[in-house]
Amino acid sequence: MEIPYTVEPRPDTGLYNAKVGIWLFLASEVMLFGALFSSYIMLRVGSLSWPHGLLNVPIGTVNTVVLITSSITVVLAWASLKLHNFSRFKLYQGCTILLAMTFVMIKSYEYHDKFTHYYVRMVDGTEHTGHVEGSPMNLSLAKLTNPKHPVTSITFHADAPAAEHGATAHAAHGEAMVIETSKISKLESFGPWHSTYLAIYFTLTGLHALHVIGGALVMAFFWGPGSKMWKSEPERFTNRVEVSGLFWHFVDLVWIFLFPVLYLL
Amino acid sequence: MDNHDAQHIRDATRKYIYVFVALLLGTIITVLASYVPWGNRTVNIGVALFIASIKAFLVAGYFMHLISEKKMIYGILAATGFFFAGLMALILWSNADHVSNIFN
Repeated sequence: MEIPYTVEPRPDTGLYNAKVGIWLFLASEVMLFGALFSSYIMLRVGSLSWPHGLLNVPIGTVNTVVLITSSITVVLAWASLKLHNFSRFKLYQGCTILLAMTFVMIKSYEYHDKFTHYYVRMVDGTEHTGHVEGSPMNLSLAKLTNPKHPVTSITFHADAPAAEHGATAHAAHGEAMVIETSKISKLESFGPWHSTYLAIYFTLTGLHALHVIGGALVMAFFWGPGSKMWKSEPERFTNRVEVSGLFWHFVDLVWIFLFPVLYLL
Repeated sequence: MDNHDAQHIRDATRKYIYVFVALLLGTIITVLASYVPWGNRTVNIGVALFIASIKAFLVAGYFMHLISEKKMIYGILAATGFFFAGLMALILWSNADHVSNIFN
């Protein structure tokens, strides 16, 4: 059975079906992210204090540029197909996939940085933030006091008092101090459990990163095995690339709001 | 594809480059503006969201071709905008907590 209106527009809508489909899907996506953005507003308005400078702004800016650049390469890939230049399409689509991978790698680095950054509260009530020597991920007091592998002390590099966490904070780390495990009352990494801000940060950016990965997989398919369709049905293939591009632009659009909301404000 | 269509795509491609440059500039301005001490954090939030809205308009309008789409798409977007606005209005309404204010 042949799928109708994959190339020619449907008389009542004036559009090929996949285009209507992707816009309906994007409408549902707006509501999904809208719900999370409204959660962010509620949490922020209801909190007594909201952290600033917890994320690395230069890295976030670079990732924004990466995503914006991928947005133009994806539209140029589609324009190349419209001009019947398949080799140029392969080039731009390949660039888009590489940029998507770069975005995810940078995001992973940021996540890793958070899971190796620690908050320590001592028994006497003093508090420290910084890094544990050896950069272990997601350490906890329960792990340190595990009877099978008890750890008596950790070497801790505290953040400089005035330093914001980020590129400067690493350089601003003070001298190493040895902390005995028995003197620690709380130890946790800057994961989503650490604060309301980090909970909504990981939720929003995690969902967004999943969209980036999903979009990249679809575009990789059109770059590789899916591109065979260009020989048999070039117009249908061009429409498929346009639809995947619309999704990609939406992912970019969401990041345009996530970046200032989470990194700058 | 006739020559007219090809020329149309080439003209559009030039626009995409301009939009790309505008988006990069917008990103730089957003970062710089966030460091300006406006005196009130609400102003910082307003400025950043205003610039983000312009960038979003450029992406949606030109990269997603919304400035020259069919009525059907505008209809879908209008419905989405209505429900999105409703969602945000409910949040603001909830935050204002009118019911508690009546009894206080």
